Amino acid sequence: MIAKRITRRKIVDKLVSSLALLSVAIAIIPLAGVIIFVTSKGLSAINLEFFISLPKPPDEIGGGIGNAIQGTLILIGLASMVGIPIGVLSGIYLAEYGDNRFGSLVRFMADVLSGVPSIIMGLFVYVAVVLTTHSFSALSGGIALGIMMIPVIARTTEESVRLVPNSIREASMALGVRRWKTILFVVLSTAKSGIITGIMLSIARIAGETAPLLFTAFGSDVWATGLNQPISALPLVIYKYAISPYSNWQAQAWGAAFILLIMVLVLNIGVRFMARGRYRR
Amino acid sequence: MPSPLFLFGKKESKGARKFVSGDSIFKKLTLISALFILVLALLIFYELYSRSQLSISKFGLGFLTGVEWDPVHQVFGALPFIYGTVTSSIIALIIAVPISLGIAIYLSELAPRRFRSPLSFMVELLAAVPSVVYGLWGLFVMVPWIRDYLQPFLESTLGFLPLFQGPKFGIGMLAGGIILAIMIIPTISAVSREVMLAVPDTQREAAFALGATRWETIRFAVLKYARTGIFGAILLGLGRALGETMAVIMVIGNRPQISLSLFEPAYTMSGVIASEYIEATQEIYLSALIEIGLLLFIITLIMNVLARLLVWRMMRMFRGAKE
Amino acid sequence: MPERGTMQSKSGISKTMAVLAIFIIVIGTVATYYILNPKTTITLNGAGATFPEPLIKKWTSEYNKMNPSVVINYQGVGSGGGIQQIKEKVVDFAGTDAPVKDEEMTTGYLVHIPETMGAVVVAYNIPGLTGSLKLDGDTIAKIFLGNITKWNNERLVALNPELSLPDQNIFVAHRSDGSGTTYIFTDYLSAVSQEWADKVGKGKSVNWPVGVGAQGNPGVAGLVSQNPYSIGYMEIAYASLNNISYAWIKNEFSGEFIEPTLESVSKAAEGFLDQMQEDVRISIVNSPDPEAYPIASFTYILLHQELNVYGEKMNFEKSRALLNFIWWAVHEGQSYSEALLYPRLPPEVIVICEELLRSITYNGQPIITS
Repeated sequence: MIAKRITRRKIVDKLVSSLALLSVAIAIIPLAGVIIFVTSKGLSAINLEFFISLPKPPDEIGGGIGNAIQGTLILIGLASMVGIPIGVLSGIYLAEYGDNRFGSLVRFMADVLSGVPSIIMGLFVYVAVVLTTHSFSALSGGIALGIMMIPVIARTTEESVRLVPNSIREASMALGVRRWKTILFVVLSTAKSGIITGIMLSIARIAGETAPLLFTAFGSDVWATGLNQPISALPLVIYKYAISPYSNWQAQAWGAAFILLIMVLVLNIGVRFMARGRYRR
Repeated sequence: MPSPLFLFGKKESKGARKFVSGDSIFKKLTLISALFILVLALLIFYELYSRSQLSISKFGLGFLTGVEWDPVHQVFGALPFIYGTVTSSIIALIIAVPISLGIAIYLSELAPRRFRSPLSFMVELLAAVPSVVYGLWGLFVMVPWIRDYLQPFLESTLGFLPLFQGPKFGIGMLAGGIILAIMIIPTISAVSREVMLAVPDTQREAAFALGATRWETIRFAVLKYARTGIFGAILLGLGRALGETMAVIMVIGNRPQISLSLFEPAYTMSGVIASEYIEATQEIYLSALIEIGLLLFIITLIMNVLARLLVWRMMRMFRGAKE
Repeated sequence: MPERGTMQSKSGISKTMAVLAIFIIVIGTVATYYILNPKTTITLNGAGATFPEPLIKKWTSEYNKMNPSVVINYQGVGSGGGIQQIKEKVVDFAGTDAPVKDEEMTTGYLVHIPETMGAVVVAYNIPGLTGSLKLDGDTIAKIFLGNITKWNNERLVALNPELSLPDQNIFVAHRSDGSGTTYIFTDYLSAVSQEWADKVGKGKSVNWPVGVGAQGNPGVAGLVSQNPYSIGYMEIAYASLNNISYAWIKNEFSGEFIEPTLESVSKAAEGFLDQMQEDVRISIVNSPDPEAYPIASFTYILLHQELNVYGEKMNFEKSRALLNFIWWAVHEGQSYSEALLYPRLPPEVIVICEELLRSITYNGQPIITS
């Protein structure tokens, strides 16, 4: 009888393992599908000129999305400067000091904010920044993308910091390290992997957002002229070119999508490589 | 919390002042950041509320029950969109949560070590695909597949349910739910994976020592410990599903209607805002669209409350199980 | 398993901070490198309709080659967006497919300059059809109202006696995003069908009685090309560049079925020249010109009548640069239209544009005097 029970448990174990593996396979299918789709349509548009030149009208051969690449990089940088500090610091607050009513409220609001459609974030920043300055700007685009990053980064930071065992905190403070240094250097670096995952997920998401940029960064056909001026961005270009009737513009849309994917990929690999701990499960 | 430095005697008095001020500055900094989130949420709510005043005063509560969306005759009702958003998000969660958990379990517990990084990485890459690309891929690749394979299959096996009846165009609520699921899988699985990886090995070792199989270990040692983190991951996924626009509007059919069948087209709240705001010019039209945004904000709030209540209930039921 | 000590972790976190710092510095350098632009250029910003965007981009590119000190940035964020932006005085000019009514001009009178024309075609997908489908306005309205549901309906057969139409349901596709294309199409349907005018009306977004909504022209094109026995509407350039069959529409005045071409679209304007003298915003669908394609429209550039409303952002020199560009666009610019599949403005319309441009002032002074 015990043998039967053990066999049953073993079967369940094998079943679950197979299901888990199946889940991974299922997830990889659309990923492969999208990547193949984007690559097959976009590869033809990619050459050196594509990377470094400005857009051309549809009836002229050539042209490129150099300014869109520049724009996306600048916008990611600006957004990160807004989103990462506020996100990580709030996450720390929620985990370390936030077991009270105020903390619960903030936690709740962060979850709610993560569900606000990107176009509404864009409209909000439009009213707050663009209308007050009477001009589209890279800065407003960066702010719109940045505030979209905050809820995800805050919550993932919180969850990661919470999971750091108290023994680590206690050990550090027992050695005389001040509390804030304990959090900043010991706890954070233990929770590093989780925090970086949250940051990378946010960056990946905002790098591809179109709607919030329509009324803030606006788009441009020339190289970036200033943080208080309109600026181009890859998702804007992808959207505009993809809905146009011209096949060369459409191919460039896919090329731009391909480049965006590669960019986020490289960023992801780069940051993870740099931040890898020696000790990893 | 008492400072452990008191054990060090005299040294403490000079250090104590620095200790307090460094700490309190840091704490204040984190508090301000957390406050920022609250202020941001309030400002956005205020903005949405004030800009929908025109529509609120004209339609009142009828906006919530109205099923007509007619920009020409300026009759606006939100019910079909509420239905569309809630249903598509639920479908997305039903599909995405089991798959994401399966992925998280595999990547954190079961996968051979050298596959872990590349596979995790590939799943996260799903998050890097821009929404508009998902939308176009969905329209040109996924929708025909749904129309030619998935819908006939569902109709032949589960066709007695009103959920799977009706003309098969591919485009519709089902396509919308599936593409949302694909988009939220990276979020839920990546965060769950991180949370599960952070569970200390002592828990696992204790379970193994008691003779548990791998799955039993996962179930009792890891998942229980990581419970709240996984729940947080699911909430983030839900948030993303509720607010996603570009991809959904390409495949969901954009017809403001309420139908039991998942094969029928539908329309989501964020979808109609993204579709129509840019071209709307009349004040009442813009106001109605913003009111939909306000309702979405409120619905997100409600769904978060419900989710938390559900989990609280579940935790009460399981209280007493080994922690 | 023992965790590593603080020393290890500290170097880890410093490394990450170092990487982040480098990242930010690199971005900053890239950003500032291009900020060193000589301020001798005049930059003009325009926003609005996506329909004329490719042509306007051609114009801005060509004009900049001839006048390197003038940089014009037009982005197709949508007519609604363009109208909002010019009312808020965030852009110098706007593009719109649907004209703006006087009551809506809450921050200053906006002059409409028709800069090019567009046409909407009715596209269909009937496998095996041996010729082009012919339709008339009332029939199209009935299809989109849901009154005609099968391809072999008597009316369709009567219009196309030499084709064999299948006994299949018509799958109707329309736009879900607000668009000028929808505006033109529904404007036409309202003009030719009283039932449509009463029940649905015209607008950039309408309450469609039947059909599935797709995003943008590629959305509708995608639906039509993938679903046999479907029908939809889209811009002419889209249909012709993507090998989609479109119908010949009956001109109500000559009784002829007109194929949508650049010439037949231009002709639509010629049927309304007198009314245009009064108000250039007149609708030109269902044109009385016997060779005109019935589903045609202008697309307009919007300019503030009095340009000093921009305050410090505008001056006389900038106003003149702006108007010179538009003047060039409606004259020499028209030579680039056909290569991009836009109809040319008829000469009489160009004369009307000239008068309108002359009416624009800065501090009460007309800017174009020659």
